[in-house]
Amino acid sequence: MRAAVIQFPGSNCDRDMAVALEKVAGQGNVSMVWHKDASLPDGLDVIGIPGGFSFGDYLRCGAIAARSPVMNAVVDFANKGGYVFGLCNGFQILAESGLLPGVLMRNSGLKYICKTVELTVETTDSAFTSLYSKGEVIQTPIAHHEGNYSADPETLKRLHGDDRIAFKYVDTPNGAMDDIAGILSANKRVLGMMPHPERLNDPELGGTDGVRFFEGIANALVSA
Amino acid sequence: MKARVHVTLKNGVLDPQGAAVAHSLGALGFDGVNDVRQGKVIELDLAETDKAAAEAAVAQMCEKLLANTVIENYSVEIL
Repeated sequence: MRAAVIQFPGSNCDRDMAVALEKVAGQGNVSMVWHKDASLPDGLDVIGIPGGFSFGDYLRCGAIAARSPVMNAVVDFANKGGYVFGLCNGFQILAESGLLPGVLMRNSGLKYICKTVELTVETTDSAFTSLYSKGEVIQTPIAHHEGNYSADPETLKRLHGDDRIAFKYVDTPNGAMDDIAGILSANKRVLGMMPHPERLNDPELGGTDGVRFFEGIANALVSA
Repeated sequence: MKARVHVTLKNGVLDPQGAAVAHSLGALGFDGVNDVRQGKVIELDLAETDKAAAEAAVAQMCEKLLANTVIENYSVEIL
């Protein structure tokens, strides 16, 4: 398994994501890719878009990162069936790039929220969620100001109908429509979520509920 | 040539910032504010000298970057 983590100016979860990926991919199999690179390393299986405050959250969160040179290559990779996931700011970037539908708006309470929340796993029909059980409740930290997921009614209907909602909040902290915390693309190979599974990837970090997220990706690649 | 772009939330899109401003105005004693919607103004200084061409170029900029047309409307004013 070969993975890449995209780095933008203002990314700050890139190393956490690389550590989590390295655990399942093995050392030396995770490349860090700078946003100005127009191409990706050869033989990639999965790309992670990390959390942070890319470009200072200027204009709209993720808007400028989504138009940076590397994102054309990421969109091509996804369109060819590659695995791509974005966590927190990474989700905002994927939504702005059009790989995932909808937008992440300012939290309904207007406050930045940093705490651990409970999520329910809504589907196991994706690499990222395959090792959880449907309906299982997991603990994951959130840390965001713009996580209020919004989409038009047709999009929401499609997400529900096509089993593309990956995670929901048990107690929605940010006003997200239908309690949505994470969604999948139509082919279930692109995932965006506001919570941070990479931060619960080792008992010393306070929990391990995020481990299966990364193991699931590795599993899907082995069996593919 | 200068252009001014107004970016506003579409009707029906919840605007928590606008709601907070409306609430604060009420607390200050400004009665009768039915609703507040907050948006952005972006001013551009363009090399283009032809008005129609400038308008078309700025509309492209709005579609590609300045507005997220999923939730936002934009209008372009050439100054």
